[in-house]
Order: sequence, then structure tokens, then C-alpha cells
Amino acid sequence: MSDHTHTEVTITFSAAAGLGLQTAEDLARSFLSEAGYYVFSSREYMSRVRGGNNSTQFRISTKPVRALAEHIDWLFALSPGLHSNITENISSRTKILGDADVIGEEISKMGFELIDLALANKAAELGGAYYSSMIVAGVIAGLFMLSDETADTFILQKFAAKGTETVENNKRAFRIGHQFGADIVGKNAVLPLPQQKNASEIFLDGDTALALGAASAGCNYVTTYPMSPGTGLFTFFAKHARELGAVVEQAEDEISVINMAVGAAYAGARAITTTSDGGFVLMSEGISLAGITETPVVIHLAQRPGPATGLATRTEQAGIEVALHAGHGEFPKALFSPINVESCFKCAGAAVHTAQKFQTPVIILTDQYLLDTGYDVERPDPAAIPEPLQPVKAEKGYKRYAFPNDGNGISPFAVPGYGDEFVNFDSHEHTEDAHITEDRALRTKMNDKRLGKLVSMRKESLPPITLGNPDAEIMLVCWGSVFEPLREAFEALGRKDILLIGCEQVYPLAEDFVKLMRSDAKKIFVEGNATGQFARLVRAETGVGCDAKILKYNGFQYSAEELRVRVEKTLKDLGL
Amino acid sequence: MIKTAYDYDGEFSWCPGCGDFKILEALKLALHELEVDPKNLVLASGIGQAAKMPHYMRCNCVQGLHGRGLPLATGIKAANKNLTVIAVGGDGDMYGEGGNHFIHAIRRNPDITNIVCNNMIYGLTKGQGSPTTPRGTKTSTQPFGVTSQPLNPLLLAIAAGATFVARGSAADVPKTKELLKQAIQHKGYALVDIMQPCVSFNKTHSWQWLMQETKWLDETYDPCNLEEAMKLTLQTEPYPLGLFYKTEPRVTFEEVQAPYLSGDDTPLWARKPALDAVKKLLA
Repeated sequence: MSDHTHTEVTITFSAAAGLGLQTAEDLARSFLSEAGYYVFSSREYMSRVRGGNNSTQFRISTKPVRALAEHIDWLFALSPGLHSNITENISSRTKILGDADVIGEEISKMGFELIDLALANKAAELGGAYYSSMIVAGVIAGLFMLSDETADTFILQKFAAKGTETVENNKRAFRIGHQFGADIVGKNAVLPLPQQKNASEIFLDGDTALALGAASAGCNYVTTYPMSPGTGLFTFFAKHARELGAVVEQAEDEISVINMAVGAAYAGARAITTTSDGGFVLMSEGISLAGITETPVVIHLAQRPGPATGLATRTEQAGIEVALHAGHGEFPKALFSPINVESCFKCAGAAVHTAQKFQTPVIILTDQYLLDTGYDVERPDPAAIPEPLQPVKAEKGYKRYAFPNDGNGISPFAVPGYGDEFVNFDSHEHTEDAHITEDRALRTKMNDKRLGKLVSMRKESLPPITLGNPDAEIMLVCWGSVFEPLREAFEALGRKDILLIGCEQVYPLAEDFVKLMRSDAKKIFVEGNATGQFARLVRAETGVGCDAKILKYNGFQYSAEELRVRVEKTLKDLGL
Repeated sequence: MIKTAYDYDGEFSWCPGCGDFKILEALKLALHELEVDPKNLVLASGIGQAAKMPHYMRCNCVQGLHGRGLPLATGIKAANKNLTVIAVGGDGDMYGEGGNHFIHAIRRNPDITNIVCNNMIYGLTKGQGSPTTPRGTKTSTQPFGVTSQPLNPLLLAIAAGATFVARGSAADVPKTKELLKQAIQHKGYALVDIMQPCVSFNKTHSWQWLMQETKWLDETYDPCNLEEAMKLTLQTEPYPLGLFYKTEPRVTFEEVQAPYLSGDDTPLWARKPALDAVKKLLA
């Protein structure tokens, strides 16, 4: 990777769960961002409530940053037993901070030096481990030579209710940390301030962007059964249900979740559910129900590694095939795959609109990495999200599944209780007015009507995001969250003969994307799974295979550095 | 027979002499007497013979998946609380495949009526044991007799917190109609388990058995006593019929949901996205 020494600094925090370090991370992220730096933040964590060793990476830069880095400049090693994802990336440039009696031996065995933070002693003097978090935040402010009053407003807001003593102790904790940090760097901040940062930008993570997109699209019925990493979308709606005017319910299981959502959507609610792969599979029959009843529901599938429980809190992109084939029988559906934080907001809106317009289930594929990753983005505009479609009045003679004259398969959507006619719904193959039928000709016609919607859905599929030379001889193809690390690797490669293609929608494939696939260029698919699921889908849909696959499935996202190396090697192997 | 706005004049796929005909009659009469507007009525079901009932009534007909009538009905009611929502199904549908939803719908307490047409057998799939089939009953899939203990749905409903628990009989339309009227008027989840024969697959529990082995509660019975109600659910042959338990309504699922807290009952479909709130969250 090109030398970022003067434009960026990475800080990694590694600590056991339950230490309360998240407060320090959130605070530091916020004051660094306010000071004018661009901050990228990404978390990885173990499936446990206490102990273990979780980490957060900050990339702090004078330029926008949107992908995971590998190298570590500053490491806060606060608990013993550093994991290999950390130790592998410690180098001579890494400055390691931690308590000598906690991690001194471990670091010296690795052949590195520790800067003794003496955090436990400092915190104890203030009244206990409770203050560690604020000391760490202070150290960071010191490293960047920000004022030692930087956190005062935050501290007052957060701790006022706990009394003056707590407020004062936290302020002292921050100042103690600040002094320590400032002493390390002398008078030179670890990174100069950027010239000017765009004031219209806001720090957002994937989870929040997705939820805000869904809210902008008017989602007002949100159900879940808790499952990492899908729960965040629901937590957001639960917290803000009153402002957003949403019905929220944590149901007894995912089967109930999807059936409630389908019921609500039949009655006109704009319904979204959220889950991960295991829970999603439990929803399959309900997704099929939405298919035959032509009910608009959106299912957020936050991918994690399987099979079964797999790696419960880790990341993977192995959900395309299960999403594509979820639900027995043949019916149309759309699969969105946001490629970054901004795309989460946009795809949530597109998913709700597609579900409503085509009256069919729509799935949004994200993953743990994308949801837990944040950076500064251009403030999203809720007005850019399509307005919800309104149901028609069920006039006398209305039939829910009337064959439309225009042949696009879309019947007018009415809701019960609005108009003079009944609005029926049936999971069987049905007549136009939704009653059971076994008429062979009608069955064929109804099935054709439903599947026929795919033709117009394909025309509205989101086109691929492309970067680089449109006539390139090499195409790097990805979908979902691999896009940003791949983009950074692509930019670092600096080759003019490559086109980077990122898909925000993986089904139905956009016509523009199919055209690109039909070109003679060599195609390298980059995915976060073990078998190249998207490459297989593209081959099935277009007849075009790929020339090489770059795959990863160890539960962690690619870093930009790692992808550059792997793309270079793949190009070499292909003689390109 | 009294004509109602709900009368359907098409074909039925129930067996001649099926108890479902009588349950349908009782339900239509109850709705007729309560003057429920058919256009505001949603009859939702899962799968099974009883679950075909929505097709045989003129109202908003909703038939979903096996076992999933209750979540479907719960979603409908929460999306538009002005609708009268009834979930109907058989013992296999509601207590077997949908058993988990049965427990949690009661806890959740949507303002819906749950009618369970209980013939103690699977009908549509042709005679297998259901959750309420007595032990020892020989069926095609339990040829040496059912070994599991039958479920006591009324006891389970009371234990899960239901505030209205009743048992009716297909052999007594007038009294069952009265139970249904009370159930529909009750605020919150109301269970009406209705015993009925299966003329095709349940040779034990015939019309005659149903009339001989059931007994309506007399007027002195106080349905407000939880312990007495629980004891009553344990009685068999004769099986008590009537309102077992009724208590002060609990808060319903939908009424404490954010959109309805202010007393505004506008259905969710007619509500605009909260763009100002989103803008604030993005500030």
C-alpha cells in the first residue's frame, strides 16, 4: 500500500468484553471527527458478554477513509491474550500502550516494547476501574494535541445525573489521560489537521444508515427475533418508535416474525423484518407465502458465517444462494446488497419501493462488517427515498389478484376496510378474488402473472457501480461490503486496464451489468464466501463464467492491503 | 335459517355432517347480532378443514400457512386496529403446528378472537392423531395408539394469561353463538375452543358422544375465579362447556404501540413517513 504515514494514523483497541471501552471509542471517534479528521471505525467481537478479547479499529485520516486497514500504528492492548488478527499486524512502527502488569510479559515475549499506561493504578486513584474508559479517551485527545477540555460537555451531559463528584472525577480522568498522551508525542500531534472537512458530512455506521433509509421509506411495522448481527436495525426502530410512528415487536420466533409482517403488509403496513442467516431460513415458508399472496415485505438478512451457529458475531457473504432460493415454489423476488454505508440508506429505500411496486418479498443482504462499520458520509437526504405507494380503494367488483390488462402482472393493491369490496388473501393457488382453485389453466396463468413481474423488476434493478476504464480488459467484480476495501486496493494498484464493478443489487441482474458480463474482458470475482456464490449466480443467469475468484471465509473482512496483494497475485497467475 | 350478510352461496368442501357447518352458523349469527360490518371484518386462518372457513363467509377472507393464523391475525390487527379480526383453525393447526404462537399470542394479547374447532383429530390430512387426541387412540400414524399426553388448551391458555377462555360445542349453536358474541366483544385475546365431531376420521367422538359427554356450566358458576377455572379445565366426560374464565382485560398488543398511543387510530397504510424525525436523527 502507498505510504499513508503523513495522511493517516490507525488506532486499534483490544480489550475484554464488559470493560466499558465502547464509551471511550464512541467519545474519541466523535471528538476526532469534530476536530476535522476523517474517521473510519470498525468493530469485531467475540460471541460472549464478558471477557474474551474484542477489537475496534480507527483509521484517522486527513482524507476520506472507508475501508479496513491492516497495519496498526497505535495499539491499546488492555487485556491479556491478544488475538492473532492483532498480533499478526503488530510491526516495528506499532506503539503499544497497556498496563505492564497485565500485558507487559506478553508484549516483551513478542519482542516489542510496551508503553506502560498504568491504567489500573490511575483509575484506582480516581475511585475505580469505572474511570479507565475516560482516561483512554483522554490519551487519544493528548496524542492529537486536542484541548484537555475536549470532553467536558460530553462528560457533563452523560454523568450529570450521577452527581458532581462523578462529573469532576471523569473530567480529571480525561485530563490525566490527556497529559499522558501529550507527553508521549511531545509537541507534535500524531497527525496534522486536514485543510478543511466538508461540514455537510456526518458519521454513520451501516446499521444506522439502513434503519434511517427504511424509516425514510415509511417502514412502520418492524418485527424481529434477536439474532446477531441483524438485531441492530430493530433496536434502532424500538428506540425511536415514537418519533417514527412504528409498530415494533420482538416475536417468539422468526416464523411468527415473518407471518406477522405478511399479515401487517396485507392490511397496508410497510413491513420490514430483520434477522441473520439461521433465522432467515426459518422464515422461508413465510417468504413463499408473501410470494403467492403478492404481499410486499422486506427482509433484512444480516449475513454471518455458517453453517448452523457458525461464527455468531463474525462476518461473511454466504447468503446469496439461500436468499435467492428461500421459499418453495417459483415466484419473483429482489435481492439488494448495499456496498457501503451510503448504499445501506439507498438500498433500504429501494427495497421498500420495489416490494410495494411489485408486491413481492424483497431481501436486503448486509453483513456484520458493514453494519458495525462507520465513517463520514455526505448527509443522506430522506427526500431522495421514493414516497410510499398508496393502496387503491376496493371498489365494487375489486379482485385482489385481477389479471391486469397491461400484462405486467401487477394487480391494483387494496387493503381491507377501505372501499366497498372485500380484500382477500390466500396461500393456495387462487382465483382472481383469492379463493382456492385447482383449475389447471388458471394455475398456469396465475403462476405466469406472478413470475412475469420479474421482467419489469429487472428493468428497474439498480445498475452496478463502476470505477475505472469502461473498455478495460480486466473486470474486478464484487457485491456488498467487499466493495470499499476492493476499491482502495484498486486505487492503490493504479492500473488503467481494470474496471471495478460493485453490485448493489444481485437479483434480478441489471441489464447494464449483464452487458458488462457479456464483454470479452477477464472477470475476477471477489467475494466473502468459500465457493463464489455470486459468480455462480451470474453464470446461471448469463451463461458467462468467471476467470478467477478471490475468496475469504475466516469470519473477518478483507483489508485493503490484503486485497491488493491478492488481486496482484491473481493477475499474475492469469498472465495479466 | 336466519339470513345474514355473511352468507356464502358457493360450494363447500367439508364432509356432509361436519361440525364445522354448525360452528360457521354460530359465528355468522354472533356477528349478525353484533352488527359487525363484513367489510371491516377479517377472518384469518391457517391450514386445515376448519381453516377453510374464511372462504365460506362473505367478509375479508385471509388464509395463510398451516399453524400461522395467529401471527397473521396479530399483524393485521396491529396494522389497522379498526378492523374486527378473528383467527380460526383446528386443533392441529392452532395447538400443534401453531402451538408456540398460541402461547405467545396469549401473552401478547392482541384484540382478536381465536376460534379453535377442536375435533381431536387431523381431518384434512386424513385422520392422524392431533395434540388433543386421547392417549391410546389408534390412527394411521399411531397404529398402536397415541402415546403422548393430550394437551389441555384451556388450562394452558389460562396459565399463559388469557383473560377470556371458553369452550363451546358444535352440538349447541345457540349457546356457542352467545359465547362467541362475548368473545368478540371482549377486549384482548379471547379463546373459544369448540368441541366438534369429525364424522370421517374420529369414530369415538361422534355427535352422540358430544351430546352425552358434555355439560354446560350452570348459572351459579363464577368465571372470575382463576383457581376454580383451572380445576374445571381438568374435568372430562362430561367435559364442561361455557365461559371458564374471564377477568379484567389487560392492555392489548396494539393499543400500546407507538402509532396508536395518542389515541389516533389511523391505519398504518394511511400514515406518511416521519421524515422530520429522520432529519432530526441525521442532524
